[in-house]
Amino acid sequence: MTETLDDVISDHVVAARAPWSAVVRAGELLTIVDLGGNQAVDCLLYNAADTAERYSAPDTIAGQGNLFLSTGSRLRSGLGRVLMTVVSDEVGRHDTIGGACSKESNTLRYGHHTKYQHACVENFLAEGSRWGLTKRDLVSNINWYMNVPVDPDGSLGIVDGLSAPGLRVALRAELDTLVLVSNCPQVNNPCNGFDPTPVRMIITR
Amino acid sequence: MTEDSSTATTLGAREHARAQGGARAEAMPTLPASSWAPPPDGVDPATLTWAETVAGGGYTSKLISRGSTVRLTDVAGDACAHLLLFNADQSWERLNVADTVKVLWQAYLGTGHLLLSDQGRVLASIVADTSVRHDALCGTSSRLRNEGRYGDGAAQGPSPAGRELQVLAAAKHGMAGRDVGPGLSFFKGVRAESDGALTWIGAAPAGSFVELRAEMPLVVVIANVPHPLDPRPEYTCSTLEVLAWSGPGTAASDPLRTASPEAERAFLNTDDYLAARGIR
Repeated sequence: MTETLDDVISDHVVAARAPWSAVVRAGELLTIVDLGGNQAVDCLLYNAADTAERYSAPDTIAGQGNLFLSTGSRLRSGLGRVLMTVVSDEVGRHDTIGGACSKESNTLRYGHHTKYQHACVENFLAEGSRWGLTKRDLVSNINWYMNVPVDPDGSLGIVDGLSAPGLRVALRAELDTLVLVSNCPQVNNPCNGFDPTPVRMIITR
Repeated sequence: MTEDSSTATTLGAREHARAQGGARAEAMPTLPASSWAPPPDGVDPATLTWAETVAGGGYTSKLISRGSTVRLTDVAGDACAHLLLFNADQSWERLNVADTVKVLWQAYLGTGHLLLSDQGRVLASIVADTSVRHDALCGTSSRLRNEGRYGDGAAQGPSPAGRELQVLAAAKHGMAGRDVGPGLSFFKGVRAESDGALTWIGAAPAGSFVELRAEMPLVVVIANVPHPLDPRPEYTCSTLEVLAWSGPGTAASDPLRTASPEAERAFLNTDDYLAARGIR
């Protein structure tokens, strides 16, 4: 996964706690780099030509018969179409059942004292609004680098991550895809190692 | 289209149409709901607000009040109720499946599970469950998937996809495809292995039921279609019975409210919203 300068369409470092978005054209590759290690990258995908068609965690899970995302996972829309494919993964597995943190759910999970902490839904709403997206357009998302096991009795939770500094995951767009990202600001659980750090987003052709 | 046709004239057409009234079908609503017989044990028939049998491949929806109990029954053992919930006052607040499993630290639905909105509130509580075979992971079927599985997925076809039906139901409450997100399915179970692989565990015996109590006014959307992981090659889905009756919301003393710290705060948030909104 090395890229030459000629191949690079864009290369951004997303600050800790910040949002990011871009349209990745069909055939282009989006490489995400976990610069500091164990940094959850919350991610939603939309058909750039019609954002009513968007990522669907359940269609993706049912389509592959498995909860975890890794190399070969087809990231499907609610219409069942493949928006992007995971073409390489240096971590092993990523989550798509845990959703995004929000100020509102933080009050349930940790207490009402967390209400004024920043959260992924804030990033999705702010960054999505630049593309005409609203609250109605937010659905269960992907959490790159986040580790959410399910025990035999159904217990699940966000536990210590499997990632490390520099590990990458690369996605190929199958349709022109709007990628919406929140570099997760959560500090109340291990999804960011309790220390949100920057991530790098590289689009290549 | 001859002069002998009974529907060649407006009066004849009217007679023909009116002669159809009173017919019975296996799947249909019963009105008024209070005439449903027999009523569920311990339920005053006068409080029934919804009595309907939903065909396999069919859908229904209703706006219900806070405190309503909705009983879904898998009459013949092959129903699969694909459920969406919306705050009836503001449909952008809806069931959040990720929060429903994450906040409660539990992927498998059963009695006592709270169905949470994206606003940190309880939309509904599961208050009874004799099936214990449900799914919060796989959602419903898409038209494309059903075309691949059964040859067709259109709402008007022989094997309608759940999403197609849910979008139609949502449209009747002023919503559109953007409002239709991940949902829950009842009466078909899925379990995850440690490597994430999903195992189909099918249905409980015919007659199993689940009861949801509405904790705020809700729009309830249900598509009754095969689960997306149903391994059978034929589109297999039997009748779903839907009954609802009115009553009070979850009482202050109800142990549901104190079952976990997360539940306690979810009910606090719900009460806070209802009080400010003036809903008792």
